[in-house]
Amino acid sequence: MDKLWLIIRREYLTRVKRRSFIIATLLTPMAFAVFFAVVGLIFQYESDDSQRIAIIDEGNVLKRSIKDEHNLYFKFVDVELGLLRENFSEFDYDGILVLPKVKDLLSKHYTAYYYSDKQPTLDIESLIRDRVRESLKEYKIEALQLDPQQLEALDTRVELDPEPIDEAGQNASKLTGAVAAGIGGLMGVIMYIVVFIYGMMVMRSVMEEKSNRIVEVMISSVRPFQLMLGKIIGVGAVGLTQVAIWAILIPIVVFISTLVFGFDTHSQMEVAQTSAAADFNPEDMEAMIALALEEFHGLNWWMILPLFIFYFLGGYFLYSSLFAAVGSAMGDDLGEGQSLTIPITIPVVIAFYIMMVAIEAPNSSLAIWSSIFPLFSPIVMPARLAFSPPLWEILASVVVLAASSVFFVWLSGRIYRVGILMYGKKVTLKELSKWMFYRD
Amino acid sequence: MTNNILSLDNIVKTYDKNVAVDGVSFDVPRGSIFGLLGPNGAGKTSLIRIITTITRSDSGTVFLDGERLGGSHPEQIGYMPEERGLYRKMKVGEHLTYLARLKGLNAIAAREQINYWLEKFEIRDWWNKKVEELSKGMQQKIQFIATVVHQPKLLILDEPFSGLDPVNTNLIKQEIHHLQGEGVSIIFSTHRMEQVEEICEHIVLINQGRNVLEGKVSDIKNKFKKNLYRIQFSGELPAGLETRAQIVEQTPNGITMQVGDEAESNKLLQYLLQHGVVVRSFNEILPTLNEIFIRQVKGGD
Repeated sequence: MDKLWLIIRREYLTRVKRRSFIIATLLTPMAFAVFFAVVGLIFQYESDDSQRIAIIDEGNVLKRSIKDEHNLYFKFVDVELGLLRENFSEFDYDGILVLPKVKDLLSKHYTAYYYSDKQPTLDIESLIRDRVRESLKEYKIEALQLDPQQLEALDTRVELDPEPIDEAGQNASKLTGAVAAGIGGLMGVIMYIVVFIYGMMVMRSVMEEKSNRIVEVMISSVRPFQLMLGKIIGVGAVGLTQVAIWAILIPIVVFISTLVFGFDTHSQMEVAQTSAAADFNPEDMEAMIALALEEFHGLNWWMILPLFIFYFLGGYFLYSSLFAAVGSAMGDDLGEGQSLTIPITIPVVIAFYIMMVAIEAPNSSLAIWSSIFPLFSPIVMPARLAFSPPLWEILASVVVLAASSVFFVWLSGRIYRVGILMYGKKVTLKELSKWMFYRD
Repeated sequence: MTNNILSLDNIVKTYDKNVAVDGVSFDVPRGSIFGLLGPNGAGKTSLIRIITTITRSDSGTVFLDGERLGGSHPEQIGYMPEERGLYRKMKVGEHLTYLARLKGLNAIAAREQINYWLEKFEIRDWWNKKVEELSKGMQQKIQFIATVVHQPKLLILDEPFSGLDPVNTNLIKQEIHHLQGEGVSIIFSTHRMEQVEEICEHIVLINQGRNVLEGKVSDIKNKFKKNLYRIQFSGELPAGLETRAQIVEQTPNGITMQVGDEAESNKLLQYLLQHGVVVRSFNEILPTLNEIFIRQVKGGD
């Protein structure tokens, strides 16, 4: 036990003290800051680029009133189009919008013309189109003598509010699904990254020890299993440290850069409104955000966080022990052993795709069974936690994962003890499975 | 307290139908320098891994200092493998402390021992150097210190001089003798016979997983000698000499003769003296370990 602790300590300290670790840990939040700064700058830049557009409203569709957009300025002109086009460069306009007369009030088609020496950008084009469509709607309502209120009533917005059958059950609001999907997806992605980054770290470290030839000295003092377990725990602690630092630093950095660059939810909303044809107003949006936050607080975090840490550890132990086993079988040459890592990476990737599907349909039988299957559950189950899956599924998944982690660590230990002493031999999967049954 | 630091009794080890060690038994006398010899692939490394508790034998028993080999014994053994390395990114002091503590030393004892050895090798100022900054020769010194830092009873050195420069070779040789003087028993595994002859008192020769020869170096040499004598002389050789003993080789300044057994050498010398030969030197030619080794290994096939 004492020796295991010594190994864990060395594995942890040598990594954490390494300059590359410190740089990577600090630079990742910085990268987020830079990302936000760049996004902020892009939005500021776009609002500087203003456009002046002349409107020739032949059909009087707009009735001489149109609102200027944040970077678009409109002006109605009563000049012939031909004259304007001939002297385009002398006028201080970026484009000419021509709205012809509406010939058939019942037609669903209407063509406006935009003259410019440049192609209109996509957002300007869609903005003008939306404006003209709205104005045409009002124009037609008036011309056809329809009641605007009645028309408004035709457009019903339907919301679906899930209610539990059991009255005592938790009342989920209409946003539960969306919030849970967001949190679940984030957790799934974090697990996927953790398994890959730190699993690979364990594998490289095993290979390094083997090709350094320190390993034989080590196992004349400690059991190979102790060495492998110490390495896995040590690297796992490094992973937890790094993730914890990121969990603290990234929100701080994002908050600061939001303050500095003024990239707030308001401008995000504007973007959402202009780019997508979102037809709800900012008040609606704010209400939604408040509801989402409420939903976020309403989640059973006392259940989710410990479980998330459990899946983090379970998934990490399971996969990193497999990576350790494969690392022990590899020679000095990384490329040669690459084919051995494929059987490990395939389930991780499959689990990732199942996780994406599980967010859409968290109670499908695929989602349920793959959150019990131990090779998938560390990635799929965290993504489902926010959807409050039934207790029996959580219990089954936890028990199976805990048992399989122990089993895989043991199994990998059997491969590892043979692999680390095997040099100059090209190893196949068949050979690996034979090693499991070697006697000590 | 037995007289043997290590006893192996009928050790068998197979890897996947491949018999690496096939019933090897031998004893290592306490305080001796013991040569474990054999051609490549004879099973030396497999045996060493069993003694160092890296692997277990399929059958047979190993006794270290009279106790059946078990979990606490690695702390009494110092092992320097043939293929040896260090963690490149660690500092020398940290590295030695780590290995010493894994051998059961507490932090203070580890510090004392490391200081003692660094002082001894006059490399005190290396404590804070990273291993990767050291030359190969320097790393070899660190490897040796790592092997002996926990004051083992039994030292196992697998080809300790391979890759060493002459300066380090001498240094390590001195230390081996010095440690022997302090009562440490040393197993020295190699296939370089001239080193064995220089250093070892006892040997065991392993071939194809079995021991073919075991004992004191002098006894083994006597056992394999062919009663050859090299005589340097002046004057004429007597005419009937070849009836007395077989002439193996004759050169202008000497003659090599073979007699039937040891007692006949005196008679031969007497005969020569009686016949007026001036004998300048009369030497028994003993076989080198190398010759015995080659004869045993080839003959065993």
